[in-house]
Amino acid sequence: MSALLEIDKLSLEFRTRSGIVRALENVSLQLPEGGSLGLVGESGSGKSVLSFAVLGIQDAAATITGGTIRFAGTDLLADGGSAMKTMRGRELAMIFQNPRVALNPIRQVGRQIEDVLLRHTALRGAAARARAIECLADVRIPDPERRYSAYPFELSGGMCQRVMIAIALACKPRLLIADEPTTGLDVTTQAAIMRLIRDLGREKGMATLLITHDLGLARDFCDKLAVMHAGHIVEVGPTETLFRTPAHPYTAQLVRATPVGQERLENLASIPGNLPDLRRGDLPPCRFSERCELRSPACATPLPNLVVSPGHLVGCHHPQARSSP
Amino acid sequence: MSQLLEAIDLVKRFPVRSKGRKKLLHAVDGLNFHIDAGETVGLVGESGCGKSTLVRLLTRTLDSTSGHVRFRGQGIGLIAARAMADHPLRREIQMVFQDPTDSLNPRYTARQTIAEAVHLLTDTRGWAAIDSAVEVAAAQVGLPPELLDRYPHQLSGGQKARVGIARAIVVKPRLLVLDEPTAALDVSVQAVILQLLDRLKREMAMSFLFVSHDLNVVRLLCDRVMVMYLGQIVESGPAREVFARPLHPYTRALIASLPGGHGNDADLLVGGDPQSPIDPDAHRCRLFGRCPRGAERCQTQAPPLREISRGRSAACHFVAPTEREVFIDAALTVHKLHLPPARRAALTTEFDRVADMARQVQSVRLPDDTAPAPQFRP
Ligand SMILES: Nc1ncnc2c1ncn2[C@@H]1O[C@H](COP(=O)(O)OP(=O)(O)OP(=O)(O)O)[C@@H](O)[C@H]1O
Ligand SMILES: Nc1ncnc2c1ncn2[C@@H]1O[C@H](COP(=O)(O)OP(=O)(O)OP(=O)(O)O)[C@@H](O)[C@H]1O
Ligand code: SF4
Ligand SMILES: [Mg+2]
Ligand SMILES: [Mg+2]
Repeated sequence: MSALLEIDKLSLEFRTRSGIVRALENVSLQLPEGGSLGLVGESGSGKSVLSFAVLGIQDAAATITGGTIRFAGTDLLADGGSAMKTMRGRELAMIFQNPRVALNPIRQVGRQIEDVLLRHTALRGAAARARAIECLADVRIPDPERRYSAYPFELSGGMCQRVMIAIALACKPRLLIADEPTTGLDVTTQAAIMRLIRDLGREKGMATLLITHDLGLARDFCDKLAVMHAGHIVEVGPTETLFRTPAHPYTAQLVRATPVGQERLENLASIPGNLPDLRRGDLPPCRFSERCELRSPACATPLPNLVVSPGHLVGCHHPQARSSP
Repeated sequence: MSQLLEAIDLVKRFPVRSKGRKKLLHAVDGLNFHIDAGETVGLVGESGCGKSTLVRLLTRTLDSTSGHVRFRGQGIGLIAARAMADHPLRREIQMVFQDPTDSLNPRYTARQTIAEAVHLLTDTRGWAAIDSAVEVAAAQVGLPPELLDRYPHQLSGGQKARVGIARAIVVKPRLLVLDEPTAALDVSVQAVILQLLDRLKREMAMSFLFVSHDLNVVRLLCDRVMVMYLGQIVESGPAREVFARPLHPYTRALIASLPGGHGNDADLLVGGDPQSPIDPDAHRCRLFGRCPRGAERCQTQAPPLREISRGRSAACHFVAPTEREVFIDAALTVHKLHLPPARRAALTTEFDRVADMARQVQSVRLPDDTAPAPQFRP
C-alpha cells in the first residue's frame, strides 16, 4: 500500500518574544489510503500544530525548519504550499478543535456548507441546498431544514461542532483530519458521528487522522496509533499492540492514566511532571527523560528508532515490553 | 446545609423563525432546583437540551423570559445581564466557559487574563501580590509558568482551558459554574483538575454546577446530578444512586449507552427523531417517540417531576409510586381532596418529617422498656 499522507522528519518552530519554541522535531508519519491513524498525547504535545502544518495554515510566527509533507505523491511544501491550497477543502479537510471560531459567525450555517459545495462540486442552486440539508441530517442535527438558516450563536456548542463536521465531510475528502471531533458531544451523538466517519472511510476510501485525548475512542476507531510527547512522536504501532504491550514508558503511563470505571477521585492517576519548556536551548535528546523512571546515562545520547516488531516503532533507549511472539 | 442558589420556574424562550413564521424555541422550560453551600451538582443531557442556556441564566449573562433566581436569598434574576459586570455578586459566581477560545481576550496573555480577574474581583492589591496569586492559580491547574506570557493563539486547546479555569478559581467564588471544563483536557490534566475541584469544595466549601457529557466524571465528582432533556429536568438525585439505579427512561438510556457499560440494550432509546424544542406540545412527554417505554398516556399527559423517594425525583408515568406516594394518595382519597402535583411536594416533605419523628420516638427508650420486671414476693 502506498501512503496517501507521508510526513518525513518534519520540524517546526515558533518565534516568540521570549525565545524559539521547538514545537515539532523530526516527526515522521505515514497514513495509507482509507486507513485510520490516531494521534494521541497529552495537552500541548503538538498534535494540533502538526495537523495545521499539513494544511499549511500555521501562524505567521511559525517556520518549517526541515522535512517534507507529501500527499498522494505531491510535495505540499513546494512552491510555498501552492499545491496545498488547491487541495484544501476538497481532498484534504479538517475538523477543528474550536468549532465556533472556525465557523463564520455572521453567515447562516447551511450557507456555509453550501459555500463549500459550490466551490468544490458541480452542485448548484436547489440541489446544493438540498445536499447541504442532507449533510446536516447526516451529523444528526435535529430539524435540519430549520437549522440550515441558523447562525452559529443560535446553536449549542455540540451543534456547532457537528456543523463543522458536516462542512468537512461535505465534499467527501480523501483525507480527513479530525482534531478532537467529538469532545463535548454526548455518547450517543459521539457514536453516530464516529460511525459516519468510519462509513465514509469504508465507502469512499477516505483516510482519517484522528487527534484525540480519549484513548478509548482511539482504540475503537483506529488501526494504528502514534503517540506524541513534547513535539516528538515517541511510538507508532498497531492500536492493540500499543495498548497491550506499550514499548515507550510514556505510552505505558498514558494507557495507565485512562480511567476505566474508577471508583474514587483519588485513584485517578496523572502523569507526574510537566512537558519540558520547548524554548530551552538544552532540551535533551529524549524530551521525556526528565519525567522518566527508566532514565539512564544512555538517555542523554541521540535517540534510536527501534523496530519492536514490523510496523511498531519506538524512540527510546529502554523500550519496555517486547511484543509477544 | 443552607441553600446557596435557587431557581424557581425558570424559563428561557428564544424567538425563532420557522417556515417564515415567528415561533418560540423553549430552551429552558420551567426549571426548579437548588444548589446548597458546599455542594457539587452535575448537569447532564444531550447536546442542545439547554444546559449552556441554563448556565447563562444563572450567571446572569442572559436574561430569562420568566421565573426567579435567588442567590443567598437575594433575587438576582432581575439584574440585567448587562449590569451584572459591575454587580458585587459577580465575584461570588464565576464561570468557566464551554469554548475557551471564545472566552479569552486574544490581546491578553494568560498572565494578564488571570491578573485582570484578581485586580477587578478581589481585594488583592499591588503587582507583586497579584502576580503571586496568578502563579499560585496557574500551578493549581497544572499550567506551567513559562506559558503565562503567551497569548491565546500561542496555546494549545487544553492549555487555554486551564487558563479559563485558573481565571475563575483565583477569585475564590462561592459558586463556580463549569460548562464542559474537561472536554479539551487529556486524562492526566483532567485528573489534576478534578482533584483540585474536589479540594476547593472540601477546603473552601465552594459549590459547583458542573456541566458535562462525561457521566463517569460526574459520578466521581458530584454529590447530586440533574438530568435534562429538551429544556426540562427529567431526573435528579444523589449521583451515586442515580447512576446505580436510574429511574427515568432517558437516564437509563444514557447509562446503557456508555461504552463498555453493563447496560441493558432494552433501555436504549428507540430510533426516531427527538421532538422539536419549538412550541412543544405541553400535553405530551418530551421523550415520547424515542422512549422505549412510551405508551398512549405519554402522548396526552406530560408527566410532572415527582419526588419518588427522599431526594430523588423523576418525571415519568412509569416510575412506580413509592409507598409514601401510595399513602398520600390514600389519605387524599379518604378525605376527598385534590392537590396539583406541585403542592404534593409539600406533603412528601411532611411525610418524611413524620417518619423521622417516628424513628426518633422508636429509638427513645421508654421507662418500662428498661425497668426490670416487677418482682413479686410470695
Ligand atoms: N503560535 C504559537 N507560538 C508559540 N507556541 C505555540 C504556538 N502555537 C502553539 N504553540 C505551542 O506548541 C505546543 C503544541 O501545541 P498544540 O496546539 O499542537 O498542542 P496539542 O497537542 O494540540 O494540545 P491540546 O490537546 O491541548 O489541544 C504547545 O506547547 C503550544 O503552547
Ligand atoms: N441565541 C439563540 N437563539 C436561538 N436559539 C438558541 C440561542 N441560543 C441557544 N439556542 C437554542 O437553544 C437550545 C439549547 O441550547 P444550549 O446551548 O443551551 O444547549 P446545550 O445543552 O448547552 O448543548 P451542548 O451540549 O451542545 O453545548 C438549542 O436548540 C439551541 O439551538
Ligand atoms: S529514552 Fe530513556 S528517558 Fe527517554 S523514555 Fe526511554 S528510558 Fe525514559
Ligand atoms: Mg490541540
Ligand atoms: Mg453547551
